[in-house]
Amino acid sequence: MNDYSYEHINYLKKIKWNNFFVLITRLFIIILFLSLWELFARTGFINTFLYSSPSIIIKTLYRLSITGELLKHLNITLFELTISFFLSTILGITIATIFWSCNFIHKVFDPYITVLNSLPKVALGPLIIIWFGASTNSIIFMSLLISVFITIINVYHGFNSTNENYITMIKSFGATKWQVFRYVVFPSNINNIISTLKINISMNLIGIIMGELLVSKKGIGYLIMYGSQVFNIDLVITCIFILGIISYIMYYLINKISR
Amino acid sequence: MKKILDVSKLKKIYHTNKEEIFALKDINFDVFQGEFISIVGPSGCGKSTILSILCNLIDKSSGNISLYNGNKIAYMLQNDSLLPFMNVLDNCLIGLKIKGPIKNSDKEYVINLLKKYGLADFIYKYPDSLSGGMRQRCALIRTLAIKPDILLLDEAMSALDYQSRLKIGEDIYKIIKNEKKTAIMVTHDIGEAISMSDRVIVLSKRPAIVKNIYDIKFENLSTPINNRKDICFSKYFDTIWRDLNE
Ligand SMILES: Nc1ncnc2c1ncn2[C@@H]1O[C@H](COP(=O)(O)OP(=O)(O)OP(=O)(O)O)[C@@H](O)[C@H]1O
Ligand SMILES: [Mg+2]
Repeated sequence: MNDYSYEHINYLKKIKWNNFFVLITRLFIIILFLSLWELFARTGFINTFLYSSPSIIIKTLYRLSITGELLKHLNITLFELTISFFLSTILGITIATIFWSCNFIHKVFDPYITVLNSLPKVALGPLIIIWFGASTNSIIFMSLLISVFITIINVYHGFNSTNENYITMIKSFGATKWQVFRYVVFPSNINNIISTLKINISMNLIGIIMGELLVSKKGIGYLIMYGSQVFNIDLVITCIFILGIISYIMYYLINKISR
Repeated sequence: MKKILDVSKLKKIYHTNKEEIFALKDINFDVFQGEFISIVGPSGCGKSTILSILCNLIDKSSGNISLYNGNKIAYMLQNDSLLPFMNVLDNCLIGLKIKGPIKNSDKEYVINLLKKYGLADFIYKYPDSLSGGMRQRCALIRTLAIKPDILLLDEAMSALDYQSRLKIGEDIYKIIKNEKKTAIMVTHDIGEAISMSDRVIVLSKRPAIVKNIYDIKFENLSTPINNRKDICFSKYFDTIWRDLNE
């Protein structure tokens, strides 16, 4: 490592400093935001009954965790999120693959997928509850509906725009359709698939929370609903805060796995 | 010399939504073992089409292609098409992988080719670390890996600048002669065709027929770059040039 030139070492140093500065500024913004919020709350500038405050949120978090409530609801939400994420990923990629391999099927179903994708799924909420009952199934189904069509569309589009030259090359060796897919199309699309999964996880979270708001007796979405009904704004904001953390961790995990 | 390929009355019409494109009208030629054949012709006359038909990428409309006693054909495309997500070795093995599990002897054969032709340090590197010329050699080794008898080269060097073209032309020529392969090369560069080939096939403009086939004989047969200095070179050049432009 020490055979880098002086200029290169300087360059690396500069990059390091840059990253450090970005981090510091980020932290500064969040700390500023939280301190101002806390300050305004303490001085009575804002009404904590309506707007809560960071210290109250921490207290609420603490209370929820020692009663075990937090874990219970968090578990449910994470469970539903995981299931719907895997289901929509597998389903989406499988259907995209079928579309890629059979143009006829793709042509037939393309308009249906487009319509289903742009349909606002919340509108289906009441129907889903009637058909599947006010249960976990409904919530997972809701989440699946939100993410699966966009997965199909994105992944198929990626498959379909694979570099033609690569395909001609491998076909010239006599590759079958399946071999073209396995050795060229799928590996060419790994990055595209990963970025689709990143979008997916947030889509799924939206679906789950929406579902929980509508039907459930458990989960973070339910806590938010409950909090707003009894006018416990502290609880509502605490839950939103937890959702923020979940999103960040999910995003971080997918980034880690994709490396 | 043994005849290994015979193309007769080859005809190709492309059908698209908008129109019919009459690409090849009547193509006839034969190929003998160990020959280096070049095909030249105006742009868009159907040169690539001939190669695509020969290696079964597309169907012919009519005509006859006889490949004698189980000779194998491999196609080297215009662009190198090295897969960016595989290392050099895996790229070179892809044609074999298509045929089934890779035998150790095949793998060794490919590694030896890579070593022999200046890619020893890059066997486990990814294609983006190769220079233009190295990529071209790698693509050639990928086609050699399946041990074909006939190599089809489509403008194999057209992506490179003039200097590198001469150099790679030299390399590819030597590799093909070394490995005792038969080659059919498509090019729009008359000089390249003459300096490398035993015979040059001149096509008419679309729909293509074979206008002329020239036997190339040099006073002192050498490598492509030296052949360009041969006294016969400019004679062939002028004739083919006139042939193409009339
Ligand atoms: N898949 C296809 N569908 C329809 N037309 C095609 C197709 N491939 C080639 N053609 C047409 O057939 C003719 C011959 O094409 P080809 O690529 O064989 O020419 P070429 O001699 O290799 O040209 P170039 O010198 O530009 O490489 C061209 O007019 C081209 O537009
Ligand atoms: Mg061409």
